[in-house]
Amino acid sequence: MTPLISIRDLSVAFNGVPVLRGVDLALQKGEALGLVGESGSGKSVTWLAALGLLPRNARVSGSVRLDGREILGAPAAELDRIRGGRVAMIFQDPASALNPVLTIRRQLCESLALHRDLSGGTVKAEARRLLDLVGIPDAARRLEAYPHEFSGGQVQRIMIAMALAGNPDLLIADEPTTALDATIQAQILELLSTIRHEMGMAMVLISHDLGVVAENCDRVAVMYAGRIVEEAPANQLFADPVHPYAQGLIGALPPLDGPRRRLTAIPGTVPDPASMPDGCAFAPRCALAEAPCGRAAPTLAPIAADRAVACVRAEASRRALLGMAAE
Amino acid sequence: MSRPLVDVSAISRSYSMRSGMFGRSAAVHAVDGVSLTIRKGETLGLVGESGSGKSTTGRIVLGLEPPDQGEVRFDGKPMATPGTTAWRAQRAHMQMIFQDPLGALDRRLPVAAQIREPLDIHGLGTPLEREERVRELLRAVELTPAHGARYPGALSGGQRQRVVLARALATKPDFLVCDEPVSALDVSIQAQVVNLLADLQAQLALTLLFISHDLRVVRQISNVVAVMYLGRIVEIGCADDLFARPEHPYTQALVSASPAPGRRSAGRIVLAGDPPNPAARPQGCAFHPRCPRAIARCGSEVPALSNVGGDRQVACHLVTGPQVETRDAA
Repeated sequence: MTPLISIRDLSVAFNGVPVLRGVDLALQKGEALGLVGESGSGKSVTWLAALGLLPRNARVSGSVRLDGREILGAPAAELDRIRGGRVAMIFQDPASALNPVLTIRRQLCESLALHRDLSGGTVKAEARRLLDLVGIPDAARRLEAYPHEFSGGQVQRIMIAMALAGNPDLLIADEPTTALDATIQAQILELLSTIRHEMGMAMVLISHDLGVVAENCDRVAVMYAGRIVEEAPANQLFADPVHPYAQGLIGALPPLDGPRRRLTAIPGTVPDPASMPDGCAFAPRCALAEAPCGRAAPTLAPIAADRAVACVRAEASRRALLGMAAE
Repeated sequence: MSRPLVDVSAISRSYSMRSGMFGRSAAVHAVDGVSLTIRKGETLGLVGESGSGKSTTGRIVLGLEPPDQGEVRFDGKPMATPGTTAWRAQRAHMQMIFQDPLGALDRRLPVAAQIREPLDIHGLGTPLEREERVRELLRAVELTPAHGARYPGALSGGQRQRVVLARALATKPDFLVCDEPVSALDVSIQAQVVNLLADLQAQLALTLLFISHDLRVVRQISNVVAVMYLGRIVEIGCADDLFARPEHPYTQALVSASPAPGRRSAGRIVLAGDPPNPAARPQGCAFHPRCPRAIARCGSEVPALSNVGGDRQVACHLVTGPQVETRDAA
């Protein structure tokens, strides 16, 4: 089956400094993929590069295929049809993505007119249907309101409505709930999951929050310093992480119940993209690193039918984890 | 059991807010009758969503703002009037750290000079002793003298937060208010800073008021946790079992909304409605419009914080304590 979107060997460099160093990812129709990693790991850049949204000083190479058709470096007109049409994006700060001096109706109708062949009364009816769909009460009247008249959670709902305007096959949600309070975050995640199932839409959920990704995605890819270091079904990744960095991320998360333990912090900091260590980028912070780790960067290799890890010490790392569990 | 270092009794604080340029000004009750005690060497965690009044509570406890009503006692003595010499002397024993370390640091001064500043202000030690103390503080937060010579812009987020922590510890305070100290940091760095804070607390016998929206981090570091909603404490209890057995419907929803790896979202309590607006506080229990279990009484009568057994206190008409139950039985 041709994947909905497949990214191969995607690399990005800003002014000669590599920030994305060969990313491979594929997404099937209707699938939810989580992308986790710390700031600067390249989660957002991957999708901005794939959709041609990076500034001119970015050098992008590799391949991005949507339904088998190459879209990296496609002409602007074609990209304009894809972005907001087949592939939509929502961001962390919804308020800055809306125009404060235009009503919600104007902004929703703009995306409807761009991506759907609708006119006059039907546009407005569709705009109202979308607001209803994302759970804005009293949609007909609220269409005439301006962005500042809505709360943060409602503005994110409006952004989701705008993203749905083009009937996308893929929604890229980049930290969609990071700026929201916990109870509102739960509302938005529930809304995204309902809509995704109703519309059969695929989703990429980018988040620094492991819990958010674990609960809302089928498959998770962990990124570190511009590369994917582990990819696995969500439940397996959190029950049995193999890459030492993935283990570290999960160990660094304080538990909400059960006995309290000292957090297993990962020592050091993320390497500077301008002076990346040779070999595995995580080796300087890794407790299991050995001489081979410093020589060549490990490639993402399968360890099971649906799992892949980029670590030469994967076996040792797995043993260490099992040993810890046995204790 | 040690005696309380900080004793907050029934503090309230309201601001007047005008809606629009010509609108009528209305009182916003940011904090409404909050009482807390923090024992020496312990940590009280304060959780709640934006607008719950947790930061305002922290500012009042530190004396950065006077309460409209109520009183804060520090080490048995009432807080001195802000700006006076007595207040300044008291303030050397209490410090605060915030979420954004870059905003709390001067970008044009090497960080070692900024760690030294409180020593200069409070006139502690000779210049030579101050230099030595700065080196000691850098070591305590696991930074090197080389880091001290750098400017804030040349440090990572986690390192900056360590600098802010070192500066807060310079005057050897007894009490530290931490307002979302690790919220802006990545998970792996967050764990480093949380561990460091726990170590320093144990070494220096610090008393902490730890404010955060992150239930996990709060539980990790606190002895006692208080949950705030629209200016009031709705539940308070021992950190170990508050989140394991939440009693107040709001705490239950918060715990349920906290995503956990390895658990799918089935059975989650999703609250309807918008986040609370402090300027339009509902009548009765402030939570009742969003509460899945609200009854008629919740809309008219404000529930008082009452003991429900153990060291747990809950402000909810539907959660009744053991005393009430026995009375019903009789």
